[in-house]
Amino acid sequence: MSAATHDAAYFEFLCRMGDNTLILGHRVSEWCGHAPILEEDIALANTALDLIGQTQMWLGLAAEVEGKDRDADKLAMLRDAWDFRNCLLTEQPNGDFGQTMMRQFLFDAWHLAMLGGLLGSSERRVAEIAAKTIKEVKYHVERSADTVIGLGDGTAESHERMQNALNLLWPYVGELFTPDAVDIAITQAGIGPDLSDLRPTFDAHIHDVMARATLTIPDSNFAHKGGKSGVQHSENLGHILTQMQWLQRAYPGASW
Amino acid sequence: MIPSTDTIWTWLNDVPDPEIPVISVVDLGIVRGVQWDGDTVEVAVTPTYSGCPATSVISLDIETALRKRGIENVRIKTQISPPWTTDWLSDTGREKLVEYCIAPPRAAGGPEYCPRCKSTNVTKISQFGSTPCKAQWRCTDCLEPFDYFKCI
Repeated sequence: MSAATHDAAYFEFLCRMGDNTLILGHRVSEWCGHAPILEEDIALANTALDLIGQTQMWLGLAAEVEGKDRDADKLAMLRDAWDFRNCLLTEQPNGDFGQTMMRQFLFDAWHLAMLGGLLGSSERRVAEIAAKTIKEVKYHVERSADTVIGLGDGTAESHERMQNALNLLWPYVGELFTPDAVDIAITQAGIGPDLSDLRPTFDAHIHDVMARATLTIPDSNFAHKGGKSGVQHSENLGHILTQMQWLQRAYPGASW
Repeated sequence: MIPSTDTIWTWLNDVPDPEIPVISVVDLGIVRGVQWDGDTVEVAVTPTYSGCPATSVISLDIETALRKRGIENVRIKTQISPPWTTDWLSDTGREKLVEYCIAPPRAAGGPEYCPRCKSTNVTKISQFGSTPCKAQWRCTDCLEPFDYFKCI
């Protein structure tokens, strides 16, 4: 692999990590002031805050690697939808509280496995960010798993809503584990784990939690794709950007 | 006379954490190093949580405190490795937290007792609290809710 190919794949990879946490962080922050109870409102806001903080590290490093005089803020606020590299799962609408927590759990379980694989990255700074953020993600998954179990194994109403959420979101899981050319280059360079190697750990985690939540995992591995490659985001991403980027678009360079 | 790094550490020990002002940034374990680089003091600071909004305020407070002592050139270096752990909270810091009615972190994952009435009958309300570093618990004897400093 030439140095240029290496750096291009490395930049893409860092954008994938940072865009996942950015878009999910923004989605979760939409709950601020709207959650069913105060404690959950605070918990969601804190989770969003962790994710946005993690974004600063991933996109900050991405900007350095790119070397084109951009920084984390410019990458977050001045790219258009086709330049975003988040997986489709993270841009899915919040739905009801149960759907938000199901999305969170599916993402957290992948995130935990992924960061575990990145702890041994050949890139020292990637390993350092992984070591820092995995502590927060372990905490996130504890809460999202507990909530999925509590609501899945709850009332008939909450159970039905959680099963519907799982059915709706399950087709977005496959993208996280299907390696493409960028992922393969990253694995070959020793920067990140082979995504397909993470699947058994993830599946064991998901099966355990869904069994306790009395929920049935859909019997299909159909996977929507196109988020992490940027080729085919859902229409949701554009709507997110109109809100998230509004200030910088309306008042370029605004700061405080 | 140029102040020694030991002296600078004692000054930093007077800089309060902006959100939990009873403990200092040194008690919190986020100041990881102090050194002279020519005529500049470099202070290495590690964030508690990635998104903690207090981090930038802390850097500003450290800079302001050192300038007041006559140091003109201050550089704050953000250091994320090794990642911050609540093991770095000083013993004094832990005692001050209890006095302030915040239960200190414990490896067991929850508070030992209610910081108000010292009862050991406590229950978790929520995994998250008023700041990223805290969770909400409640005493089932005195019935008061209280903050618990998360153990990470």
